Amino acid sequence: MKKLFKEFLKGIFRENPTFALALGLCPTLAVSTSIVNGFGMGVAATFVILGSNIIVSAIRNFIPSKIRIPCFIVIIATFVTIVELVMKAYFPLLSKALGIFVPLIVVNCIVMARAEAFASKHTVVKSIFDGLGMGAGFTLALVLISGIREAFGNGTLLGLVIVRNFEPALLFILAPGALLVIGILIGIVNLLSQRR
Amino acid sequence: MEYNQLLVIAISVIFINNFILSKFLGLCPFIGVSKSTRPALYMGLSVTFVMTASSIITWGIYSFLLKPFHIEYLRTLSFILVIASFVQLIEMFIQKFSPALYKIFGIYLALITTNCAVFGVAVLNSEMFLKVQDSFVKSFIFCLTQGFCAGVGFTIVLLFMSGIRERLEFCDIPRPMKDMPIAFIVASLMSMAFMGFSGFRF
Repeated sequence: MKKLFKEFLKGIFRENPTFALALGLCPTLAVSTSIVNGFGMGVAATFVILGSNIIVSAIRNFIPSKIRIPCFIVIIATFVTIVELVMKAYFPLLSKALGIFVPLIVVNCIVMARAEAFASKHTVVKSIFDGLGMGAGFTLALVLISGIREAFGNGTLLGLVIVRNFEPALLFILAPGALLVIGILIGIVNLLSQRR
Repeated sequence: MEYNQLLVIAISVIFINNFILSKFLGLCPFIGVSKSTRPALYMGLSVTFVMTASSIITWGIYSFLLKPFHIEYLRTLSFILVIASFVQLIEMFIQKFSPALYKIFGIYLALITTNCAVFGVAVLNSEMFLKVQDSFVKSFIFCLTQGFCAGVGFTIVLLFMSGIRERLEFCDIPRPMKDMPIAFIVASLMSMAFMGFSGFRF
């Protein structure tokens, strides 16, 4: 049990997909304009990582190693299609806000990296915890970035006004703000890990 | 045929809605392969070629297979499979046909297989041009233009970035900010500069 918990934790801190490994940056930057969008994207990606991890680890002994990448792609794309349809049916506003980045989860490097590097070598139970941890790490990073951008760019958090008479710096909501925030955050993470 | 519409698509995709700087597609190669100019140029050329070709292929799949049978929800699955196998095919073809060319472009082609910019242009094409009821020829030309120009925009920005990063090598940057963080901040400044184009009106 302790080992499983370790698999879960490493996705959040030591091997955080966004800050430590710099994987899956495109959706991270594009949808992190508000916390709601960021969280929705995080949950959708977590579902896909979890699903593909389970299936890949369950059939890992039957997939010939030469055609494993196409097999992984089919599995991942299936789960992405599920997410796409469910989101369109039950969360139409979120689906509109995330736009093409929902189908683009299929080319998110985190999902592929976990299938290739972890799920294809470990048991189902371990892969479930790995998937949950990676998903949680990704979601946390997204919420952090989108929180900063929403607070500076719109003066709100989760849609609630936090500081009155605050002139929002629109830059943070726009494209350059995303690049600026992620650059500074990765710099801070580097600083902390180098000092330790 | 509305030629001015094609021009609008071209300028919009290259400058105003640049794939890297305002749509955030293809950031991994943008950060990973932009350390010096020559690899950046080769990467840009390969991406342009693959984007153009996959625009044509996905146009065919969508308008002749998915639309007539009303199975548009299989878009993600079919597009990614076809694009991935197509890139592999090109890689194998070049390897057999011209080893010299393979030496230059081989590794970039392998990296492109799951490049989100390539898949993104296919999805965008289907959202913008293929869902509406247009003639086959019209939607074909629109998809082709958008695919090619997205590649050109990608190449331009990648080249600019690699030029800047070559100069950055000689700068004294605080150690935690070296490499990736400073690259993102440079990209942010570039993105700001490119936002100047968004005032264009036609």
